[in-house]
This record gives sequence, structure tokens and C-alpha cells, in this order.
Amino acid sequence: MSADLATYNFAYLDEQTKRMIRRAILKAISIPGYQVPFASREMPMPYGWGTGGVQVTASIIGPEDVLKVIDQGADDTTNAVSIRAFFQKVANVAVTTHTKDATIIQTRHRIPEQKLGENQVLVYQVPIPEPLRFLEPRETETRKMHALEEYGLMHVKLYEDIAINGRISKTYAYPVKVDGRYVMDPSPTPKFDNPKMHMSDALQLFGAGREKRIYAVPPHTEVVSLDFEDYPFEIQTFEQDCALCGAHGVYLDEVVLDDKGGRMFVCSDTDHCEDRREHGHVGAMLAPNQEAAE
Amino acid sequence: MTDTPLLKVSGVSKFYGSRIGCKDVNFELWPGEVLAIVGESGSGKTTLLNCISTRLLPTAGSVEYRMRDGNFRDLYHMSEADRRFLMRTDWGFVHQNPADGLRMAVSAGANVGERLMAVGDRHYGKIRETATDWLGRVEISADRIDDQPRAFSGGMRQRLQIARNLVTGPRLVFMDEPTGGLDVSVQARLLDLVRGLVNDLGLAAIVVTHDLAVARLLSHRMMVMKDGHVIEHGLTDRVLDDPREPYTQLLVSSILQV
Repeated sequence: MSADLATYNFAYLDEQTKRMIRRAILKAISIPGYQVPFASREMPMPYGWGTGGVQVTASIIGPEDVLKVIDQGADDTTNAVSIRAFFQKVANVAVTTHTKDATIIQTRHRIPEQKLGENQVLVYQVPIPEPLRFLEPRETETRKMHALEEYGLMHVKLYEDIAINGRISKTYAYPVKVDGRYVMDPSPTPKFDNPKMHMSDALQLFGAGREKRIYAVPPHTEVVSLDFEDYPFEIQTFEQDCALCGAHGVYLDEVVLDDKGGRMFVCSDTDHCEDRREHGHVGAMLAPNQEAAE
Repeated sequence: MTDTPLLKVSGVSKFYGSRIGCKDVNFELWPGEVLAIVGESGSGKTTLLNCISTRLLPTAGSVEYRMRDGNFRDLYHMSEADRRFLMRTDWGFVHQNPADGLRMAVSAGANVGERLMAVGDRHYGKIRETATDWLGRVEISADRIDDQPRAFSGGMRQRLQIARNLVTGPRLVFMDEPTGGLDVSVQARLLDLVRGLVNDLGLAAIVVTHDLAVARLLSHRMMVMKDGHVIEHGLTDRVLDDPREPYTQLLVSSILQV
């Protein structure tokens, strides 16, 4: 590239913007679960593709960081590949698909199966940061409800679920109370991952680009999923093991194989699955005696 | 009734620019007493009600409420958190249009249970039991508990709104034209119900209405408003049977006799 040509600043955003976002992040960390407004920028990708997460990542990433990006737990889907390529290009940082090697993990939907450590930061892409939004449309009112800790409405939603479906049917974006104070929407992660947020060693940052909000869960913070005494919070369970690596007690995706009802259940976290297979774990579909049958 | 009032309203005025909403209103309300505020539309009834119920900040004056600990507190010197807590526990507000006071998109049971959950009830079974009980008390059958208020008739919605307000056992209820928009037979049933509940629970209530029949049936005392001023104030039967102000005489004589 010729020296005359305009070029990007490190990690795309200019330094003043990063500074503004870092301030919002610091404030978010000091008030766990509180949504801090910030001046979200236009990013070279459409809203809904993770513009909030990308801005948070761009503000905290340094030349020595190792970045991992996942979408629905997978490292190889369009969204993950594009964002990873974006940071390779504009920040020239090392990237990885291995959870344990990454210092920053940007995610949509999933928290990696492998336990995160204290040197890692998990950045969530958030579409709708306000957990009360579909119950109370007025932003002025929801802010007041947060300020005065009026969270009865959240339980009205859960009550309604039980009344209609006989159980709390919310399976993703399941509301949590952070540090005993703010009710927070953990973005569209499955409720399976909610317990992983509780007392996590890693810093968790949430960025909502279109809604212009940043919030955070600092390490070792209490994150409690809301429930009723007689209808306690439960995570999803799966009858099958992963068809490829035989993992049990992990979050599985259902993959339709043909139009005759064939299907397989496979780890949603691709890195976890690959790692297990490298270590010799084999699921039903890859077992040697099965291969001959197919 | 006790010797100390529940609510003391002194010198409450509300100006909209140079226009008067209500001016220099003073009264006291005792526990278990029902006060009707009557007057033609535009006379400042609703403005006054909103000023007392902290929904609208008055330009001048003070509103004091006797808390459950027996101490009077000026509502406008309380923190917003305390005030809102008071509103959803010790007070009720029944809107003229039930859609303003109900959550139309959640079931009747959740509407009644909302206040319970807001004060920290976290047992689904108990919340539902209380909701069923209250639906029964306002004559809504228990099998409608999972229906949304949109599926209810106007009269049922209004009764549901009343149940939703009374579930936390409030001591003071504000009603803004509670029978407006209902047909006569439904009105009569609703008035019967409200009268019964007020008597059973020993509620104090402030009822705003333009309908003198409602005032006659429900209230012990009444205030007549005109152009933002209280022009006459007394026992309901006295005011209606022996109106002193010319305007009140006009109002009373305007009732259609059938």
C-alpha cells in the first residue's frame, strides 16, 4: 500500500472513538448489568451483524491479542468468518479457533463449553439490550424501572409463560439478575449458558450497536436467572450425545440430514467438538462399526 | 372511623400557563370514607385527582398521607421510589378506560398478580390462588383466568381493573369516572360491587364523576367543582337534596327523570 493512500487506524475506529467506548465499558464494569449509552458508530457491516460487539472488540483489542469469533458456537459460519477476517485486516492480530488460546472471544449466541479463564474477555453481540422492552415499550419508563428496581413486570412475563405453557418456556435471552441489582438480558444466548455467566473468571462485555448500549458482567459476579419458587430455573437437557464426539451435557444443534426424517445432534461449539475428536473421543456416527453400515 | 384523617389536601392549585386547572383546594379524607368530586367536564375534577394521586405535579399546595406507621408524609417530599411503591401497594387507581389501567396483552391472572409480584411474591401457585380468589370477588368466573382482557367485555374489564388494584389490600383508591362508557345495567352491577367492596374492606376512596347518581350511590361526602374552584362541599345527601349554590342547583335539576 502506498504511503499516500489513506489507511485505517489500528482496529478501524479512530482513537477518540475508542476512548469514548472504553469510558462506556469502564462505567459498565463498575455498575454490573447497567446499560450504558454510548455514541455507536456506523460500521462497515449491517446492523444485526454484530456492530456493537465489533465496536467493543475494536476498542479493547491490542496488537498482542489473539481473537476468536463464534456465531451459534461455530467458528466457520459467515458472520464469524467475516468478523474474524475484518480484524485480521484492520488490526493485523493473530486469530484462532481454539478457545483456550484466545484472549478475546467475540460471540453471538453461545458461551464456549470450555471454562473461560481470567485472562480472557468474552464480547457479546447484542440485538436488544433491554430485557423489559417487549413488556414496556417506553424507554423513559424502562429506565425508571431499572433505576427504582421495579422488576415485577419481568415475573409477569414468566407467570404468563407458565399459565400458557405449563412451564417457563423462554429458552434464550433468559433474564438474569446481576450482582443482586440490575435485571439484564444476556443477549440471545440459550438459557443453557446462563449458569456459565455466574461467577465467571472471564470479563463479559455486551455491545448493542443499533440500540447504542454497552453493559458488562465483571469477573466473579453473581448472575442469577429469574424464576418462581415452585417453578425453578432449569437448563435444556439432551437425550442424545454428540454424534461426532460423543460429548454429553453440552449444547447440541440438530442437523437435518435428508428428507426422510434423518437427523443428527452435534456439538454447537465446533472447537470443543474438534478438540474432543483429536483426543480420541468418537460419537455414534463416526464409530468404526457404523461406517461399514453406511 | 378514627379521629385522624388519612389524607390532608391543603391549598392545592394547578395552573396550565395562565389557565386554571384547579385552584386552592382544601379537604381531608378519613379512613373508610368515600368522597365524590363532581362537576361538568372541564371543571378541573381530573386535574385535581391527578394532583392528589401524584400523577401530576401541582403548582402549589401540599398533599399529606398517613402512612401505615401512623406518620403523615408530604407526598411531594417523598422520593420517587417511595411514592411509586406507595402507589402500587397502599393505593389503587381505577381509570375510566380499563385499557389504561390493564395490561391488555397478558392474561387476567397475570394482571391481578402483577402487584403481588412487584412486591416480591415469587410463588406461582400462591399468586394464582390469590388471583382466582379476586376474580371470584369481582364476579369473573375462574375459567377466564388465562384469557386476555381483550377477550373481555367493557364491564368485565372494569371489574378486572378493580381486582388488580385491590389485590394488595390498599387503603385508598382513586377512581376516575369508573362507570363511564358502560351501559346502565352494567353500571348498576358495577356500582353494587364497588359499594360492597368498599364497605367490606373499609376502603377510603375518591371518586371523580360527572354522574350524580354514581355520587349518590357511592359517596358519603361530595365536592362540586366549577372552573377549577370547589364551589360547594358537604354530605352527599345534603348537597343533592338541598343544593345551595346556583350552579349546584342547576346541576341537580339537570338530571333526567324517567
